[in-house]
Amino acid sequence: MIAAPSQHNGGWMVGRILLGLLIVIAVAFGAFFTWQWRGALPPATTSAHAFDPGIVAKGAELAAIGNCAACHTRTGGKPYAGGFPVETPFGVVYGSNITPDRDTGIGAWSEAAFRRALREGVARDGTHLYPAFPYDHFTRLTDGDISALYAFMMTREPVDQPNRPPDLSFPLDWRIFAAAWKLLFLDKGPWRNDPTQSVDWNRGAYLVEGAGHCGACHTPRNALGAEDKHRRFAGGSGEGWHAPALDATSPAPVPWSEDQLFAYLRDGFADRHGVAGGPMQPVVRNLRHAQDADVRAIATYIAAFAGPRDTADRQRQTQAALAFAQQREPTLGSLVRTTTGAAAADASSAGGTLFAGACATCHHAGGGLPASRPVALALSTPVSDAQPINLLRIVLAGIHPPLGQRGPIMPGFSGALTDPQIVALVEYVRAHFSRRPPWPNVAQTLAVLRGKEAP
Amino acid sequence: MTILNVNGKQHQVDADPRTPLLYVLRNDLKLNAAKFGCGLGQCGACTVLVDHNPVFSCLMPISALDGRYIRTVEDLGSADRPGPVQRAFIEEQAAQCGYCIPGMMMRAQALLEKNVAPSDAQIREAMAPNLCRCGTQMRILRAVHRAAKLMTVELDTPIREAKR
Repeated sequence: MIAAPSQHNGGWMVGRILLGLLIVIAVAFGAFFTWQWRGALPPATTSAHAFDPGIVAKGAELAAIGNCAACHTRTGGKPYAGGFPVETPFGVVYGSNITPDRDTGIGAWSEAAFRRALREGVARDGTHLYPAFPYDHFTRLTDGDISALYAFMMTREPVDQPNRPPDLSFPLDWRIFAAAWKLLFLDKGPWRNDPTQSVDWNRGAYLVEGAGHCGACHTPRNALGAEDKHRRFAGGSGEGWHAPALDATSPAPVPWSEDQLFAYLRDGFADRHGVAGGPMQPVVRNLRHAQDADVRAIATYIAAFAGPRDTADRQRQTQAALAFAQQREPTLGSLVRTTTGAAAADASSAGGTLFAGACATCHHAGGGLPASRPVALALSTPVSDAQPINLLRIVLAGIHPPLGQRGPIMPGFSGALTDPQIVALVEYVRAHFSRRPPWPNVAQTLAVLRGKEAP
Repeated sequence: MTILNVNGKQHQVDADPRTPLLYVLRNDLKLNAAKFGCGLGQCGACTVLVDHNPVFSCLMPISALDGRYIRTVEDLGSADRPGPVQRAFIEEQAAQCGYCIPGMMMRAQALLEKNVAPSDAQIREAMAPNLCRCGTQMRILRAVHRAAKLMTVELDTPIREAKR
């Protein structure tokens, strides 16, 4: 009996604490719910003739730098009409129709609604947009540039194409999770210049961190899919490709310089790195619409991440990489092409034999077409990258310009070589043309890629 | 010594395993349909089928062909008895200089074995890797459509005869 009141008291206390917790949770949720609530903005009517052509042209440049068409156009579809599948670890989000169609596009969006979408990731009707749409970058755009992008989009051809809802698993298909993500990770507001840096660097930073959203692929993401701001440009992924690191941990054998970056972004080719491939091909093609000065500024800003230039260390690294490349590049004499009566080949590996017959015709000193000679493989980033996926993708599918356009070309070997042959070839290329350790997972990565190929 | 299975026949070939298939076909086996165009896998004149896939034989080391099934134009028919793809190319007069045509026919054959009635767009996409500098692309396109019809007729014929 003596203990009973205290027991009674204890249970009562627990109950009070639980009730208190419930109230705190309810209040917190209420506050969050109120915080995240965004109303619909009234529909607007605009006319394509209402926009100044100069502003539209400026918007066109920004849309090109932002590579908007890549995610907002499905393969073979009308420009900006949406439908491109953006694969994320959480599911597939489809680029939306951003043509000025009133019913299926953004034709009823006012400039204020458009600005809110870019700055806060909220659609005109008030729904939260998933961060596959990189508003964590577009929030950095200036008001003037958002107006220009709006003018550009509203003067495109309207396309009647309904949006495809995202394929996300429960409970991420609840839009409130996008709001929670923003509470944790979205740092809103335009870019602020760093007065200690050059004008070029600041212009580059604005373009890279804002419209260009380079970090969306090249910066690693945390478990919740937000960019890890402490490891900016340390390498990430995009569209099924590995996006190599652009900082001091870059796998490029010759460290990137501002001039090499400029050449790569301007022409799609840098003579110490190679051609733009994979998802960088459309990025570079779009950048043709940007001004030289802007491309130069982007190169300046990115090059600063690779470390201070012209240090003795970097020069040594460059010289060593060039010497290694020269030493390893096959010469014409090594390409034996004998048919009848040939002696047995030197006992080189299966991969080396495949390389000599399938690759070396172009990949030897002075090989390839006069107009587009491939860079020495020992200078190529995919060969020295941390993962084999990019090299495998190139071996399987080759490199091709868009249908009907000019550009460097490499045939794909997907239908020509068997899986064990491709593994042997890729392992040989890594061993022969890179000073980095062998990849442990070539066969597994290939199996994943083959599983994804169209049947 | 490498053993190659070409058009259903086994051939023992005494050649460096790095040698591309095209050279062995032409120099050793005297199968001259596949042509040397660029030697860089850019033009498609050397296209043959390996395990039913069209491949550039100029970039196909014979070391990679052990136990695989190689087919060339010689397997599609002969001058006396041309196969459906060859007949279609003759009937549409698809050849001008003709140098690209063996590669075109092999790529068309591969397409039609997977797709009996390809659309115009599907043919254009499938044939894109093969180049013709004479400018007969429209005739080649018609020839592939015709070949698809001829192949379907050939497939149907024995069934109709059996019913009779």
